Amino acid sequence: MSSPGVFDHRHLHVHGTSPIHRIAPEAKLLGLLGFVITVAITPRQWVLAFAVDAAVLLGVLVVARLTPRVVLGRLAAILPFVAFAFLFPFIGDGETTSVLGISLSIDGLWASWNVLAKATLGGAASIAVTATTPIPELLTGLSRLRVPAAVVAIIGFMFRYLDLMVDEFGRMRRAMAARAYNPRWLWQNRPLASSAGALFVRTYERGERVHDAMAARGFTGTMPTFSEASTTRNDWLLAAVPAVVSLVGFTIVGLT
Amino acid sequence: MCTQEVASLIVGMHAPDGFLDPSVAAAMAIVAAIVLGKALRASEVELGDRRVPLAGVCAAFIFAAQMVNFPVASGTTGHLLGGALAAILLGPWVGSLVVAIVVVVQALVFADGGLTALGYNTVNMAVVPAFAGWALFRGFRRLLPRNVGGVVGAGALAAGVSVVLSSMAFSLQWLFGATAPVAFDTVFGAMVGVHVLIGVGEAVITGLVVAAVMASRPDLVVGAADLSPTQLAGQRRVANRTFAIGAVLVALVLATAISQFAAGDPDGLERVAEDTGFADTAEAQPFAGGLFADYATRGLDNEGLSLAVAGSTGVLLTLTVGWGMASAQRRLRPAPSPRP
Repeated sequence: MSSPGVFDHRHLHVHGTSPIHRIAPEAKLLGLLGFVITVAITPRQWVLAFAVDAAVLLGVLVVARLTPRVVLGRLAAILPFVAFAFLFPFIGDGETTSVLGISLSIDGLWASWNVLAKATLGGAASIAVTATTPIPELLTGLSRLRVPAAVVAIIGFMFRYLDLMVDEFGRMRRAMAARAYNPRWLWQNRPLASSAGALFVRTYERGERVHDAMAARGFTGTMPTFSEASTTRNDWLLAAVPAVVSLVGFTIVGLT
Repeated sequence: MCTQEVASLIVGMHAPDGFLDPSVAAAMAIVAAIVLGKALRASEVELGDRRVPLAGVCAAFIFAAQMVNFPVASGTTGHLLGGALAAILLGPWVGSLVVAIVVVVQALVFADGGLTALGYNTVNMAVVPAFAGWALFRGFRRLLPRNVGGVVGAGALAAGVSVVLSSMAFSLQWLFGATAPVAFDTVFGAMVGVHVLIGVGEAVITGLVVAAVMASRPDLVVGAADLSPTQLAGQRRVANRTFAIGAVLVALVLATAISQFAAGDPDGLERVAEDTGFADTAEAQPFAGGLFADYATRGLDNEGLSLAVAGSTGVLLTLTVGWGMASAQRRLRPAPSPRP
């Protein structure tokens, strides 16, 4: 079963011991949120502010020892949108300029740049956090940020069973392929969709069995939490650096 | 990458940071947070302490189902979006919660979709498909016979139309939060045009999945909870091909109706596109097969019509989602005691 590489979460976390890896997860998440919001509200003409953002982000990626291959590979997820944004100069309205005999909308060019810059910075910043934080830590971070416990627990269960679902469907698909099922048209989907339906039934029944097992061990609706290493002021300060630098760049460009 | 995959991303599903204005992004984040808070509480009422494990495995299922490549035509493939399917199988509250969690995880953990775009990505991929899908499902069920075929048919139609409604929701967000000088009518026409086609695929796959579940465990399909054992027994199968042809016909009728409504004077528009050199460029674009060229209205030649389209879309969306929520509220009842 081929699947988009970006979904292959088994390789999301890049093991390391860099200072970025060691920052407490909730600090990293909040720092990320601050950074992407600053980037998102930066007016598109403030190219210098985006340069500051890019510089600080590059610094983070270097300190975290993330290779260009990892970062660029995952950034591929934004490509369809960036491709769509590249249409703006052609279908945009307003004043036009001529490049190689093709008339392009100036406003549209700025709009393309806007999406390209913000999508790249936002995507790379997310990658910097997800690649340096294992999923269990990410969940701890979420719950420390007061995300409802049920949501965190559901996400945890989702991860625990995701590989299982994907592998199970892969086995069904292989069994069908071994029996010469090679659909090419929309109306040949019944066996494939029936497998998906069967997978849902198995999923639901598995969920009920899991619940039974949990109930047998005293589960009453809330997951137990474990206290882990506490977060120091250093964590918060370090994690705030990109957002603060970005905000400073934003303010300076805004004032001049 | 196949057309459908590219096109399904166009809708603003998994949109990256900066695709829409920050104000619209913030407004949609508030809407998403309110609906999800409600869905979280409602799902606890419905599932009790089974909520966490069940919603968790079902989120994994939706995630996995979105990764399956379904053949569309001559080897090209598309994938399921699953919002309406989740609502039909799990009910609108649990369904919207599960799909929203998938969207959140895709953004947070897979960097698939921007964090600041999370609000509108959640609204377009989880809230609108689940609640509008549920409302449509209930509506179609009333028109169709009360048996397994009726549930499957209503599920398919609801799933198909819900995808189109999602694309309309994105177009409306574009109206208020456009970051590019591309007119609402252009975005609306292109979005709806592309998503009518995607909706056909979504309808066929959703119908087939619901049929498969109905065949083995009809008790698991929340949308069919009202059927008696006798009604469940009297099932009648619809041939795959007939079903697909029927869906395509419905889509064509819809597309024609909507494009008549949306595009104004197509000949004149095509001429404008050619004059501005866009028609040539469009052919080189991998997606939509020149659809933009056919729909592009360029500017506001017919401002009144644009506003009429935007207004009626807004009313339609609000009514459908609202109806879905109201009927979801009605079916909200205390958790049944777990099966022995």
